[in-house]
Amino acid sequence: MYNLTGVTKRYTRGKETVEALRGIDLTIADGDQLVIQGPTGGGKSTLLQMIGGLDRPSEGSVELDGVDLARISEAKLTRLRAEKIGIIFQSFNLIPTLTAQENVETALVPLGVKPAERRERAAEALRSVGLGERLTHAPAELSGGQQQRVAIARALVKKPKVLLADEPTGNLDEGMRDEIMEVLEGLWHEYGLTFIMVTHDSSIARRAPRLATIKAGRLTLTEQATARSW
Amino acid sequence: MFGIYLKRELGRRKKAALVIALGLALGIALVITVNSVSAGMTQAQDKVLQSLYGLGTDMTVTKARTAPSANSSGGPRFEFDAKGEDDDDSEQSSDRVSTQGGQVLKAALVTQVADQKGVSAAVGALTLNVTKVDGSFTQGKAQSSTGGSGGNGGQGGPGGGSTAAPQVQGGGASFDVNSYSVAGVDVTDQDLGPLATSKISSGVTFTSAQGNAKVAVVSKSYAKENSYKVGSTLTISSTKYKVIGIATPDSSDSTTDVYLPLKQAQTLADAADQVTTIYVKATDSQQIDTVKATIQKNISGTTVTTSADLAETVSGSLSTASNLATSVGKWLSIAVLVAAFLVAALLTSSAVSRRVREFGTLKALGWPSRRVTRQVVGESMVNGLLGGALGIGLGLAAAYTVTAISPKLTAELGSTGGGGGGGMGGGPGGGGPGQQSAANTMEIALSAPVSVTTIALAVGLAVAGGLIAGAMGGWRASRMRPADALRSVS
Repeated sequence: MYNLTGVTKRYTRGKETVEALRGIDLTIADGDQLVIQGPTGGGKSTLLQMIGGLDRPSEGSVELDGVDLARISEAKLTRLRAEKIGIIFQSFNLIPTLTAQENVETALVPLGVKPAERRERAAEALRSVGLGERLTHAPAELSGGQQQRVAIARALVKKPKVLLADEPTGNLDEGMRDEIMEVLEGLWHEYGLTFIMVTHDSSIARRAPRLATIKAGRLTLTEQATARSW
Repeated sequence: MFGIYLKRELGRRKKAALVIALGLALGIALVITVNSVSAGMTQAQDKVLQSLYGLGTDMTVTKARTAPSANSSGGPRFEFDAKGEDDDDSEQSSDRVSTQGGQVLKAALVTQVADQKGVSAAVGALTLNVTKVDGSFTQGKAQSSTGGSGGNGGQGGPGGGSTAAPQVQGGGASFDVNSYSVAGVDVTDQDLGPLATSKISSGVTFTSAQGNAKVAVVSKSYAKENSYKVGSTLTISSTKYKVIGIATPDSSDSTTDVYLPLKQAQTLADAADQVTTIYVKATDSQQIDTVKATIQKNISGTTVTTSADLAETVSGSLSTASNLATSVGKWLSIAVLVAAFLVAALLTSSAVSRRVREFGTLKALGWPSRRVTRQVVGESMVNGLLGGALGIGLGLAAAYTVTAISPKLTAELGSTGGGGGGGMGGGPGGGGPGQQSAANTMEIALSAPVSVTTIALAVGLAVAGGLIAGAMGGWRASRMRPADALRSVS
C-alpha cells in the first residue's frame, strides 16, 4: 500500500527553482489501478518517479508498505526497486545489444537468480506476452509493439508488487496501443498487481477506475464509475 | 550476464574499442622498445667496461695524475747504432717499451689494497706500450759534376780529376713504426685483471708456476695480424717469448695484444715491483662507493675508478644513443602513455555518456551502482588487455627488428691526458707522460633484449590503462541517478 504525504519536488534550473510537485497527498491500496493524466510538464512523470523510488521528494514522504522511500539508503532503495517494483517506459528502454530473453533476464540479475533459472523464467515471461518465438531476437529485429511486450515481460518476470508504466503506449499506433493495454489489463488481473500508469491518452484514462489529474504540480483524484476493461 | 553483456557491447563499439586499444598499444610498444633498447645500451656499455676491467672487477686503483715536470723528456726516443762506412743499407730495429700512462704504483700496494675493508680480492697488472721501429738507412752517393771518377765515399772528400766539388745524391731512411700493448698478468690470480676479459681459444693460459717464465698469450686479432700460433716465438726488446695460448676477448674488441707474466713485463719495462693498475673486487657490489672512499682515504696518491666513473667517460654514438634512450625515449614513452591513457579515459567516459539511458534503465531495474561500474570497468579492462597484447606484439617486433639490424655503435672512452688530473689511468689508451693520448674507440653491435620484467611492466601498464579509463567511466556511471538518466533521454 502506498501512502504519499505532502510530497513536494523542486528542481533548480540555473538560477530558477521549479516546483514540479506541490504537497501531493495520495493513498493507493494494494491491487488498485491508478491512471495519472495531465498536461506536459504538469508533474506526471515526476510523481511516477517518486512512487517508483527513482527519485526522492524535496519534502514529504512516500511510504510503500510502511517504508518511507524518501528516507531509506540508496542501497536499500535499489534493492526495493529490484524486488518490488516493475517499470515500463515509453521508449521501451531495451538494451540494444542483448536479445529479448537476455533483456528480460536483466531484471533478475540484481536478485541473484542463477543463470539457468534466469533463462527459464525469462523465456516463460516472454511466452506469457506472446513472444515465445522471439526469444533470441535483438530489439532492432522486433516491432514497436513487440519491443514493448519485451519491456512488459522484463517488468513482470520478477513478480513485482507494483507495476509502473510511463506512457507505455505513447510510441505505438492505435492497434498496438489496444493490444498492449489488453496485455497489461490481463496481467494486472492475473497477478493482482498495484498498477499505476501515466498517460496522455484520454481514451485510456477514461477506462481507469481511478484517475489522478495533475496540473502545475497539484493533484486531483477522480473515482470513475464508467471504468471498463479493454 | 556480465560476460555476455560485455562481449556484445564491445562487439557493438568495435571502432571505439579498437581506437582505445591501438592508443594503448602504441604507448606500451614504445615502452617495451625504449626499455629493451635501453637494456641493450646498458649491455653494450657493460661490454665496453668489461673489456677494460674484466668480469667481476668492481674498480681499479691507479696512481693519481701529476703534472709533468719541466725537465721531463718529450716523446719516445730511439737510438740506432752508427755502423761503419761500408754498412750501406743496414737494417736497424729498436723496441721502445714504456708503461702506459707513465704512472706506476709500488707492487706492495696491491696487498695494502687487498687488506682494506670491503675488498674481496686485489690483483696488480702492468700495462705497457711497445713501439717497434725497424727499417734501414741508405747512404747517399757522391758524384763529380765533370763526369770524372769521383770518390765513392759518402763523406764527399775531395776527389781527383776534377776541379769541381763532388755532390752527394740519394740516400735516406725507411722505417716502419708499429705499436702494440702488453699486459703483465699476475699468473697466480687470473680471474681478476686484464686476462679475465678473454677466453683461451687455443693453447693454454699461464700456470702459477710460470711467474717468471718467458711465455706469452697473444690476443686472437694480434695473432692473426702477425701470423702467431701456439708455439711461435715472439720477440720484444730482444727477449724471446714462446706463445702458449691465443686469447679471444669476450667483447668485440680487445684492448691488449700480448699478455706476459707480470715479472717479465716488469723486467721489460725496467719497472721491478711496480704495477700500473690494481684490479679490485668488492665483497658487496652494493658497497662499491664505500670501498672506493675507504681506499682513497687510506692509500694516498691513488685514483680509484669504479664502473660508474668509467661509464661517465664513455662518449661516441653509444653514449649519444644511450642518452637519447634514457632521456628522449623515456619522456616520449611517458608522454605517449599519458596521452593514450587520457584518450582511453575520455573515450570510455564519452561512451558512458552515450549510454545514459542504458545505465539509467539498469539502475531503475535495481542494478546497484557497483554492478554498473563493474560492467564499465570490465569493458575497459578488456580494451586495455587487448591494447596490451597488441602493444607487446608491436614492442617485441620492434625489439626483434633492432636486434636483427644490430646497428653498430661506437664507444669512445675518455682520453687520459698525462697532464690532466683524474681520468682512468688503468684503462688502455693512456698516453705517455705529458702527452694527450687518443681516446680508445670500440665498436659495439646494439641489441634490444626484452626481459620478463619488461613484459610484466607492459601487462601492468595495460591493466593500469584499462583501470584508469574504466574508473573514469565507472565513476560517471555510478554517479547517475536513475531518474536523471531517464529524464535526460526524454
